[in-house]
Amino acid sequence: MTIPMPPLRGHLAQLEADAIHILRETAAQFSRPVMLYSIGKDSSVLLHLALKAFYPAKPPFPLLHVDTLWKFREMIAFRDQQARKVGMEMIVHVNPEGAAMGIDPQRHGSAVHTDLMKTQALRQALDAHGFDAAIGGARRDEEKSRAKERVFSFRDRSHGWDPRGQRPELWRLYNGRVAKGESMRVFPLSDWTELDVWEYIKAQGIPVVPLYFAADRPVVSRDGTLIMKDDDRLVLAEGENVDIRRVRFRTLGCYPLTGAVESDASTIDDILGELRSSRLSERQGRIIDSDRDGSMERKKKEGYF
Amino acid sequence: MGPAAETSVLRFITCGSVDDGKSTLLGRLLYDTRLVPDDQLAALEGDSRCHGTQAGGLDFALLVDGLQSEREQGITIDVAYRYFSTARRRFVVADTPGHEEYTRNMATGASSAQAAVLLVDARKGLLPQTRRHSFIVSLMGIRHVVVAVNKMDLVDWDEVVFERIAGEYRAFAQGLGDIAVTCIPVSALHGDNLTRPCPQATWYKGPSLLEWLETVEVDTDEADKPFRMPVQWVNRPNSDFRGYCGTIASGAVRPGDAVMALPSGRGSRVRAIVTADGELAEAFAGQAVTLTLEDEIDVTRGDVLADLSLSVADQFAAHVVWMHPHAMMPHRRYLFRLGTAEVAGQITELKYRYNVNTMEQQPAKTLSLNDIGFCNVALEKALPFEPYADNRTLGAFIIIDRLTNATVGAGTIAFPLRRASNIGWQPLTVDKAARSALLGQKPCVVWFTGLSGSGKSTIANLVEQKLHAMGRHTYLLDGDNVRHGLNKDLGFTEADRVENIRRVAEVSKLFVDAGLIVLVSFISPFRAERTMARDLIGTEEFAEVYVSTSLEECERRDPKGLYRRARKGEIKNFTGLDSPYEPPLEPTLVLRTEAGTPEVLADEVIAELARRGSV
Ligand SMILES: Nc1nc2c(ncn2[C@@H]2O[C@H](COP(=O)(O)OP(=O)(O)O)[C@@H](O)[C@H]2O)c(=O)[nH]1
Repeated sequence: MTIPMPPLRGHLAQLEADAIHILRETAAQFSRPVMLYSIGKDSSVLLHLALKAFYPAKPPFPLLHVDTLWKFREMIAFRDQQARKVGMEMIVHVNPEGAAMGIDPQRHGSAVHTDLMKTQALRQALDAHGFDAAIGGARRDEEKSRAKERVFSFRDRSHGWDPRGQRPELWRLYNGRVAKGESMRVFPLSDWTELDVWEYIKAQGIPVVPLYFAADRPVVSRDGTLIMKDDDRLVLAEGENVDIRRVRFRTLGCYPLTGAVESDASTIDDILGELRSSRLSERQGRIIDSDRDGSMERKKKEGYF
Repeated sequence: MGPAAETSVLRFITCGSVDDGKSTLLGRLLYDTRLVPDDQLAALEGDSRCHGTQAGGLDFALLVDGLQSEREQGITIDVAYRYFSTARRRFVVADTPGHEEYTRNMATGASSAQAAVLLVDARKGLLPQTRRHSFIVSLMGIRHVVVAVNKMDLVDWDEVVFERIAGEYRAFAQGLGDIAVTCIPVSALHGDNLTRPCPQATWYKGPSLLEWLETVEVDTDEADKPFRMPVQWVNRPNSDFRGYCGTIASGAVRPGDAVMALPSGRGSRVRAIVTADGELAEAFAGQAVTLTLEDEIDVTRGDVLADLSLSVADQFAAHVVWMHPHAMMPHRRYLFRLGTAEVAGQITELKYRYNVNTMEQQPAKTLSLNDIGFCNVALEKALPFEPYADNRTLGAFIIIDRLTNATVGAGTIAFPLRRASNIGWQPLTVDKAARSALLGQKPCVVWFTGLSGSGKSTIANLVEQKLHAMGRHTYLLDGDNVRHGLNKDLGFTEADRVENIRRVAEVSKLFVDAGLIVLVSFISPFRAERTMARDLIGTEEFAEVYVSTSLEECERRDPKGLYRRARKGEIKNFTGLDSPYEPPLEPTLVLRTEAGTPEVLADEVIAELARRGSV
């Protein structure tokens, strides 16, 4: 919101209004909400929407970043810069046991890493602060099991999701009632697609991590996926070489688990052009999703975001 | 027209019985609009080999059948949302199950949809489920239905088959009320008439399904309806700013518009429409805004800001869809969420339950999962509402179990019950209380009586100036100015004097009703007249102030030279001379002008008003 932007029109205006409505419902219905800030483009959009929803006040909740210690360095720099700029409280949580064990996705495997450093860590942070609602940037178009997830998605005391026992969600009447210890995940971007997110970022001039834009980066090709060598912890197998290639990322996560795509898209317009003609889904670069089909659904039942 | 008029997003649901081809149709739409990414397509090829029902070919249904557990059962069990777009529109599809048990999910998907795609298997024709789905579609307020007569390839694209089904459906739909029906023959499997015309059916001249979806005109008149905005959140960053946040449910709002907060009925005006992108000159249905008001009235979450035409009720008749395995119990306390309000209440009477396949009404004691009934609902607090047919936001509610917090039912309001007014709640109109609350004062009449020249007008004028300086809303009715206008036709006969006072009393009463502090400065010499005025206005709001000055002093002052003319006989029936003055027996206040200055006496009147709580 540094430069005044032309008024939004059409579907972006509608999507924005719906998301603001959901954010306000969350603030009103819960005693201790938090916004999960994962540094990616969806989080950037979410943060922007929160600033708009409660303007001229600051959003009535803090931001929470669950750091796995394996995020891209540019992500962490961006996070700290954003926190300073918006002047909201930014809680950073790392699973202390995981950190002490020196969990490394390369040695321990993506499943263990994700479980300890993401799933468990998130639970720890939510429990420690007593958050009763966690706002996240997940979209239903990302993955099949998300397609039927509610906007207000109930979690039991152990943060589990029961896909068969979900509360029906009608109109805009979100039922945010939870008992002590239970909580809600709230997804204001449920109805947005990846294209909507980029169109909105462009229309509103929202800053995003530069990793989304093509640049020459050191990558290693591993089982058809391009992994960036973000620091010296990347272990190279026999015969693997680091090459400089022009790549960008469609989603951001832990760098050894995040595939880059070869691309020349160095501006938002380039990205939009690429997306409109693209035939690859966004999560395709995410190693954790392709373990086994239906794996996301399993993770979510266990409490993964 | 506002932004709401550009319908750039269309929300629709797909419904049909199991195996009518719903998943295939949807998967095919996604595929044909080139929305299936290559990696998903590769997965689809793999899946089609393991789970597919199409020996060898692509099974499009697998693109949309979501969860693993469902796939194994071969049915879709919940509401899943899909997204696709064309150059003309962006679509949000609620994919709702065809299985008979799942009325609940269909109602959920339909609640936010503007159009419905209803599948019928050409070989089977209309099934009980088709009727059930149509009924739910109409109940949830969807006004645009397309009937996709599917698997036309299996009936050799026989026009007769199609026309028979289309005809039967149209006849049936007449009983559903105001619904626009379009019928399209399709083959989901082959993609015929989905995104492109069918070469085998040149007899069909209508639109393809995608064309229909791209062009169907859904309601865009929300912005022309009366203004309503349920308040979600009160924004108070500091003591100087108090904003009411909400999404406008209907109508439009501009700075300066008079609005009322319901259920309290307190009124004010919109000062500004605040957004992070700057203040707006106007905002419409669908926009999420923050309103500031001219006055500090008490507005909280759950209230509705509206123009002056909205009513409140605590009892109404409603259709209820039951959504939980624990049956609905009449007289059990549940929570009802309507707009942004949440209040306890109960279903006091289940009038009947529908046989959803025949739409017949049947007597019933409870509603079980997936039942639909027509009920009387009583809330413990009156809420602003509108019939669902008029307003999908203020006419819809969900029912929540107080112990488990589960959403157990959903309802649409048909009409308020008359009985609601018998127990004290009336459709709220703007009344004296509402108006005076808006002005922030307690209205009353200060009736100054006394001889001509006693000082009534001087003091009344001073009082009015002081009240005005205090920010009070006043009106001064002076004998002379009223006689020049309203009472121009009246003379000074006994009958005319009575009529003169009656009219002034009536006008005062209207002004009190408008919330004003009225100062009446009239000789009003007869006790009977003043009693009449007091009775008309009500003792509570009537202060009789006797401006007491001796006749000698009045005649000495004679500011208008009237005494001189009367003494000369030019004026007949002059009070104090040839017509009596009857001093009040129990005035609220006596002001002795020969003992104090007008300034001091005016302050005495103000003090009296303060004592009464008017200022
Ligand atoms: N011949 C033919 N078969 C179809 C057509 N549409 C769907 N089917 C088949 O009907 C069966 C049920 O389809 P599906 O989409 O799973 O139905 P759903 O239960 O309504 O989602 C599958 O075997 C489909 O291949 C069609 O237009 N023609």
